[in-house]
Amino acid sequence: MWTWFYKLASPPYVYGAAAALAPWFLGLAAITISYGLVAGLAFAPPDYQQGDAFRIIYVHAPSAWMSLFAYTSMAVAGAIALIWRIKMGHAVAAASAPIGASFTVLALFTGSLWGRPMWGTYWAWDPRLTSELILLFLYVGVMSLRSAFEDPARGDRAAALLAIVGLVNVPIIHYSVLWWNSLHQGATVAKLGKPSMPGSMLWPLLSMLLGFMLFYGAVLCMRLQGEVLNRERQAKWVREAIKS
Amino acid sequence: MSNGFWSMGGYAGYVWPCFLFACVVLAWNLWAARRYHAAARMRAARALLMAAGDAS
Amino acid sequence: MNVGALEAFGLVVRRELCLSFRRPDQLLQPLVFFLIVTTLFPLGLSLQLSLLRDMAPGVLWVAALLSSLLSLDALFKSDADDGTLEQLALSGQGLTLIVVAKTFAHWLVTGAALVLVSPIVGTALGIPGSAFATMMLSLGLGTLTLSWLGAIGAGLTVGLRRGNVLLSLIVLPLAMPLLIFGAGATDRAISGVSATGALYFLAALCVFTCTLAPFAATVALRITLE
Repeated sequence: MWTWFYKLASPPYVYGAAAALAPWFLGLAAITISYGLVAGLAFAPPDYQQGDAFRIIYVHAPSAWMSLFAYTSMAVAGAIALIWRIKMGHAVAAASAPIGASFTVLALFTGSLWGRPMWGTYWAWDPRLTSELILLFLYVGVMSLRSAFEDPARGDRAAALLAIVGLVNVPIIHYSVLWWNSLHQGATVAKLGKPSMPGSMLWPLLSMLLGFMLFYGAVLCMRLQGEVLNRERQAKWVREAIKS
Repeated sequence: MSNGFWSMGGYAGYVWPCFLFACVVLAWNLWAARRYHAAARMRAARALLMAAGDAS
Repeated sequence: MNVGALEAFGLVVRRELCLSFRRPDQLLQPLVFFLIVTTLFPLGLSLQLSLLRDMAPGVLWVAALLSSLLSLDALFKSDADDGTLEQLALSGQGLTLIVVAKTFAHWLVTGAALVLVSPIVGTALGIPGSAFATMMLSLGLGTLTLSWLGAIGAGLTVGLRRGNVLLSLIVLPLAMPLLIFGAGATDRAISGVSATGALYFLAALCVFTCTLAPFAATVALRITLE
């Protein structure tokens, strides 16, 4: 039962698996995102309050969700690497960071443009927006810390610890709309029970969420190959791998 | 219908830049990942060449 | 000679305080920085005292944050440089105890000092005397939490050459909730509204950080030192 777990710790296996999975993830992502875009932009009915401006949700919500997911993956992978000394965990964490940071920037940008017609302002210092901005700073901090060390292994471990410490921010972002009087709207999809959105609006959104997740998987696999190579430059299997 | 589609009920100035920037971010991710992998391969190849050079 | 844990704690704190007081200029620098930064805001904004009062909690807190950050770099650096830290780690008392003692001593000479100076600064910013108690309590809790967040950051950056800026980059995002609640508590006290809720939250943040941060800081030191 544990053999698959040990396989995950093996760099050549991870490299090969990432190479094989990436095109599949990318293809599926393309399909789900295409459907989501077409259905969301053209076929979903305009919102009764916000008109067509609500369509920004089709990029805003998935990117915000992925910014949290990528950070959590980064922290968990780093924790696994620290606790069980599995170097591939550091590779996954390092690969996740720039992807997650880009999603955070996208979430902040789309949120800002959505805020203007919805609340009348491009920015507000409300709990959810502020903690999402903090998340961006945390990403930058983790990436800077990793690259500040001359010894890459030490940099990996320090970055992993910082990512874990910053993990406390993720539930704050998610629950901020519940805990505080926030300008930002409450949960629509992640509530238990029936989500408060009609099907014609919901399905494209779910598709975009899935699509962004698959896209993250694809880019993660692509970056992971680079990360594995950088950490395993001296190993024997690398010779065969880079010939192909 | 096509007229209403592009104007997004008057919100075009907000909606389309969002989707455009989303495309930019997704494209950047793909491009940056590919470049990172290529650079890693080059460095690995160079390391192997140097190791082979030392051995001979 | 077997030393108990509490005695070891006291010894390390005493050592830290002795070392700090041996260089009084280093001790005073964060305080002077605190005073200067709080002066910059009224000068830059040229507001009347009544308007300044509205900004006062925020200005006070930002200045406290920045001046605490200045001295955090030195928390582990000199001991790590000359090998004392490794000796302390091997002493059998456990690195965590050493870390707790050093951080507590650091807070005494920076955070606690800031709290004592804050009434002067508060008056200069137009904060009414009635709000002083809340202000000092919130600053006390906040600087203690900050010392702990800073200990984690200092542990992570102790070996780096240009670690100072990176330290701020790491600690400030983590300290933002602190800023929000600390300034919020003082703000409420100035308006005359009860600040108890915000103070409780601040205390909760403090307890949360003080219990978990020592272990994180110890792990950070082990990562960077081994």
